[in-house]
Amino acid sequence: MKRSLSLAMLLALSLAPSARAANEADYKAAYAAAEAASKEAAGMRNQWTVTASALAAAKKAADGGDFDRAVAAAREAEALAKASIFQAVSEKEAWKAMEIR
Amino acid sequence: MKARSVLLLGSLGAALIAFALASPGVIAADMVDPVADAKAFQNFFFQKFPNVKHEDFVNGPYSMNEDMKRQWQEKEEFPPYEFALEAGKEMFSTPFKNGKTYADCFPNGGIGIRQNYPYFDTGEGKVITLELALNRCREANGEAPYSYVKDEMASLTAYMAYTSRGKPMEIKIPDDPRALAAFENGKRYFYTRRGQMNFSCASCHVQSPGERIRAETLAPALGILNAMPIYRSEWSGMGTTSRRFVTCNSQTRAVPLEPQSDEYRDVEYFLSYVANGLPISGPGARP
Repeated sequence: MKRSLSLAMLLALSLAPSARAANEADYKAAYAAAEAASKEAAGMRNQWTVTASALAAAKKAADGGDFDRAVAAAREAEALAKASIFQAVSEKEAWKAMEIR
Repeated sequence: MKARSVLLLGSLGAALIAFALASPGVIAADMVDPVADAKAFQNFFFQKFPNVKHEDFVNGPYSMNEDMKRQWQEKEEFPPYEFALEAGKEMFSTPFKNGKTYADCFPNGGIGIRQNYPYFDTGEGKVITLELALNRCREANGEAPYSYVKDEMASLTAYMAYTSRGKPMEIKIPDDPRALAAFENGKRYFYTRRGQMNFSCASCHVQSPGERIRAETLAPALGILNAMPIYRSEWSGMGTTSRRFVTCNSQTRAVPLEPQSDEYRDVEYFLSYVANGLPISGPGARP
C-alpha cells in the first residue's frame, strides 16, 4: 500500500512540469514561431485566412492574460502556416495534373 | 563475357534511342502554346455540355440549368444592373476637371472595345486590364483612382461592356516571350490549389460547373469573364472582375491578393484568351 502510494506520488510529480500553466515567455516563443511561418507563407503569396485569425486569437488571449489559450492558438497558427507553405511548394508542380490538355 | 557486353551496349543504345524519342514530347508538353490551350479548353466544355449552345456559356450558371435560365430571362426584363449601367453612362460622358473625358483615353472613344481587354502592353511588359486602364486614365487627367472592387468602377465597366455586347472576345498574345510568360502565369494561377479548402479556380469552374456548392450553381470557367461586371444578389450590388477574384480567394480561405496584382491580371488574361470567339454579355446578373 505504502509502495503504491509513493509510486503514485512519484508519477504525479513527474507529470507536474508538463501540466504547468503557460507563461508570457511561452506565448512569445510560440507566437514568434507562428509569425515567422506566416511571413514565409506570405512571401510565397499563399497565406490562409485561418492563419491570420489564429494569430489574432493568440494575441487577444495573451492581452487578456490567458497564456494557455494564447499558446494553443499560436501553435495552431504555426501549424496552419506550415500547411500553407507545404501546399505552395507541392503545387509548384502539382497544378499541372489539373490542366485541361 | 562478350555476350554480356553486347547485351549491355544494346540496352544502353535502346535506352538512348528511347530517351531521344521521348525528349521532344516532354519539351513540347512544357512549351507555352496558347492556341492549343484555348482549343483544348473550349473543347472540354463543349464536350462536357453538348446541349449548351457555345455562345450560351457566357451566361454562367444560367447556361447550365433550364429553370435558372427561365428565371434569368425574366430577370433581364428589369435587370438589377440597370442603375449601375445608367450611372456608368453618365460618368463616362462627364468631363474631368481638365475638360477631357474617358473617351480621350481609349481607342474608338471607348465604345465597343471591351472584347479587346485585357491586352498585353509590349512597352510595359505587362497585362493591362480595362479596370487598370480606366484608373490610369483618371490619374493621367488629375483625378483620384477609384477602388477596383466598388461601385464606380463596376458602373464604368458595365457601360463599356454594354456597348460591346455580342462582340466576340478578341484577346491577342503578341509575339513576345513576356506575353507568353504572362499567359502561362495566369494558367498556373488558375489551376493552383490554395487556401485551407485546398481549392483551385479549376476545382469549382472546371471540375464542377453545373453542380451546387451550398445554394449556388457553379459557373463554367469558359466565358466566365465575358459577363463582367456582374450584379450579384449575394453582394446586393455590383462587382468587378477584381472583386470576383478577391471573393473567390476568400471563399477558399486564402488571403486574397491586392486587386490588379500581377497574378490577377495574368489569370484574367488567360481566362479571357481561352474564351476568344465567345460574345461579350456584360454587364451580367448572378444569384
